Amino acid sequence: MSRPREFLTQAGRWAIEARRALADTSIWRPQLFPQMLKLGVQSVPVALFVAVFTGIVLALLSSYMFTRAIPLYFVGTLVTKAVMLELGPVLTGMALAGRVGANVAAELGTMRVTEQVDALETLAISPHAYLVTPRVLAAILMFPVVTAMAMAVGVLSGWFTATNLLDLSSVEFVRGARQFYKFKDIWFGLVKSASFGAAIATMGCMAGLAARGGAEGVGRATTRAVVLGCQAILVLDAFWALVLL
Amino acid sequence: MIEFRGVHKAFGAKVVLNGFSLLIPEGETTVLMGYSGTGKSVALKHIVGLLEPDQGHVEVDGQIVGDLGYEELMELRRHVGYVFQFAALFDSLTVRDNLSLGLRRQGLQPDVITRRVGESLELVELPDSADRYPSELSGGMRKRVGIARAIALRPSYILYDEPTTGLDPVTTVAMDELMIRARRELGATSIVVTHDLDSAFTIADRIAFLYEGRIQQVGTVQQIRQSTDPLVREFIDARPGTGGPA
Repeated sequence: MSRPREFLTQAGRWAIEARRALADTSIWRPQLFPQMLKLGVQSVPVALFVAVFTGIVLALLSSYMFTRAIPLYFVGTLVTKAVMLELGPVLTGMALAGRVGANVAAELGTMRVTEQVDALETLAISPHAYLVTPRVLAAILMFPVVTAMAMAVGVLSGWFTATNLLDLSSVEFVRGARQFYKFKDIWFGLVKSASFGAAIATMGCMAGLAARGGAEGVGRATTRAVVLGCQAILVLDAFWALVLL
Repeated sequence: MIEFRGVHKAFGAKVVLNGFSLLIPEGETTVLMGYSGTGKSVALKHIVGLLEPDQGHVEVDGQIVGDLGYEELMELRRHVGYVFQFAALFDSLTVRDNLSLGLRRQGLQPDVITRRVGESLELVELPDSADRYPSELSGGMRKRVGIARAIALRPSYILYDEPTTGLDPVTTVAMDELMIRARRELGATSIVVTHDLDSAFTIADRIAFLYEGRIQQVGTVQQIRQSTDPLVREFIDARPGTGGPA
């Protein structure tokens, strides 16, 4: 079978399985909260670390670009807009593609090669309901929360940098930030991050469940999950920009 | 009753089952025996639909497994206990939860589940291990928990995939006794994949010898012991070079 046809066949099977698994609430519901903690809450430190440095660099870069040509309070505009619309969701997504995508692929891959997935099936439990659905739903629900925190921290670190390292007051930074602010700036980033969460968790699950051949196979699946997750983020980022902006 | 009819299965260029046909009688223990890589475990996985044949089919209680819809396949699996070669216990769950998972799926009440878990752990002589995690158990204990997980379901069929591989002789004998006890107390039809001769002769009502993806000989323990088939003889006498694979 050709690769595109094979991919479409697998995607079709996954769509059918996903529909069936969603209806099997008694199986996935007890798993949802633990997965929200694991994929969401435990990812907060990584996301905030990325956000802090994104804010610092953005403030410094924008002040460098704006020297003499544009009023310096536009640093607030650029930091806020860039963090909310693009860098907050995308860089958080990239960081979580590594953390969440790799975690999910390695866990499910290990379960696959040690026959735990087969064991689930023999107990009449769908791996899609027990393993995939709670992870994908948890990522969809938690990525926007983590991204919102990253956005806030990114803007705060940009403000802190601007007011301490640049010749800019808090009033000017806030003036810049409010100048072109639209509510859409926030929800656009959060919608994107939810789609990133869905893609990263799905790629992780797909790669993990397709793992074969012991530790080496799990390693390959993990790499594949991270690469596919990052690619999916970039494609979705462009898609949302085309559709929503 | 389980019946394999002309089952062919290949993974890429490697043909594993090549016209495999076998009838598994009700209420008996049938041992699938043969060299490594002759398709014993692959045959077992066809019974619960973990693998689909390329040709031929497998019938369980008159139903062709490959023709079953999703719900029907789930229903069939509820009647089959599967003991995996390396137990395949869920790492993140305690022994109790490993056993409870399938029972909850069957819609049993919590008090029934608690009783079943206790009884099953008693049967495998691990009554105090309910709150331990698989990583805290020895290989033999893990295999016994795997059996407990299968028998807790009170299945009509129990499939054992190399239950004694990698165990010391004393634990192997204990596992044999456990399989005999499980069959006696549950009355389940058992299929055991093994290449452990002593174990096979102890637990089997019938032995099916596989070679290159098909049945070479089927018979009672006595018939297999006295077989004149050169391939079977070589396997039993452990004399390489008289007919089996090089």
